[in-house]
Amino acid sequence: MAFELPDLPYAHDALAGAGMSKETLEYHHDLHHNAYVTNGNAAIAGTEWDGKSLEEIIGGTYDASAVAQNGIFNNISQLWNHNQFWEMMGPGESKMPGELEAALTESFGSVDEFKAQFSAAGAGQFGSGWCWLVKNADGGLAVTKTENGVNPLCFGQTALLGCDVWEHSYYIDFRNKRPAYLSNFLDNLVNWENVASRM
Amino acid sequence: MSFMGKYTLPEMPYAYDALEPHIDAKTMEIHHTKHHQTYTDKLNAALETCSSDIQAKDIVDILSDIKSIPDDKRGAINFNGGGYDNHRLFWNNMKPNGGGEPGGSIADAINDSFGSFSDFKEKFSSTTAVIQGSGWGWLVYNPSSGKVEYKSMPNQTSPRTEGLVPLLGCDVWEHAYYLNYQNKRPVYIEAWWNVVNWDEVESRFSKTK
Ligand SMILES: [Fe+2]
Ligand SMILES: [Fe+2]
Ligand SMILES: [Fe+2]
Repeated sequence: MAFELPDLPYAHDALAGAGMSKETLEYHHDLHHNAYVTNGNAAIAGTEWDGKSLEEIIGGTYDASAVAQNGIFNNISQLWNHNQFWEMMGPGESKMPGELEAALTESFGSVDEFKAQFSAAGAGQFGSGWCWLVKNADGGLAVTKTENGVNPLCFGQTALLGCDVWEHSYYIDFRNKRPAYLSNFLDNLVNWENVASRM
Repeated sequence: MSFMGKYTLPEMPYAYDALEPHIDAKTMEIHHTKHHQTYTDKLNAALETCSSDIQAKDIVDILSDIKSIPDDKRGAINFNGGGYDNHRLFWNNMKPNGGGEPGGSIADAINDSFGSFSDFKEKFSSTTAVIQGSGWGWLVYNPSSGKVEYKSMPNQTSPRTEGLVPLLGCDVWEHAYYLNYQNKRPVYIEAWWNVVNWDEVESRFSKTK
């Protein structure tokens, strides 16, 4: 069973007023995400991973010492990452649910401190990758950063929020200004109800 | 004089539009004035936190002995120092009306290591195209084997950190090609061959002897 590219959960131009242009979403979803689907399907065809879930493939193929050469892991993890990423954003105002605000305050001291740590993680990722808000096995929340396609599933964590910091995510709208992209993401793009639903 | 600003942004050896149509002027301008500038500034900032004996060393020597940088500073020096050095190599290993095939001793060394120029080019292009995420494809000289080799490096990590001498580098960070080529990295690499400055590569190679 081949994986399919999910539709964006909103129109390609739905986030344009919030700092993510139609052009970015067309390239990012229709070209980049689609390539992970196509290449991921090709990579697993005829292997033991054919027919397994994305989560099973990611958990089963992650090898910290050999990520660079792992075509199955890199494509399937990026396929999963982008599936989450579109859902974690949305058009319009999004009010942070009280349970999420309480959990962030408990783990980070304040929502602002969480945002500062999340932005610093994204800005400090050397090269392509992601920054995350994760829930650890013990229930505590933490901010992490990962290279390329590596994600929280690799470490037994639940991904609550992820931000793509590959340059293709922000180059059209922000050029080299990754920190501006990150603060706009947190202030204007995140769907906090979706984040809370993952807890 | 304070330490701040030991390194300054190296000048471009040609105009931003000089590599058109292969690399567009807008990309070159942002790549130089924003990206290269930021690596330069952050290298200076990272060095400011280091001891004066590290500050006194040239960046080439620092990268070649990166293990001597304390753990808590190594990541920033590796990344920003590599970015500073890689980009000045990159600008100079390109030129308008470049491309073609090399002559001289570098041609012999390439034939010796790869069989032929076309085998080298195919190896360089196909391997560089599949670098995961951000990185560089390099033709390097390996002093221990005495031969030239192909080497992929992640992010801004310099080949110098592995004892290799960089001869020819191709930047495949998305910022190097996104405005013109979007996700079509192989098309960018194919175009990039048209601006390779083989005289510069030969000059770097001759200094290894
Ligand atoms: Fe789409
Ligand atoms: Fe992406
Ligand atoms: Fe670059």
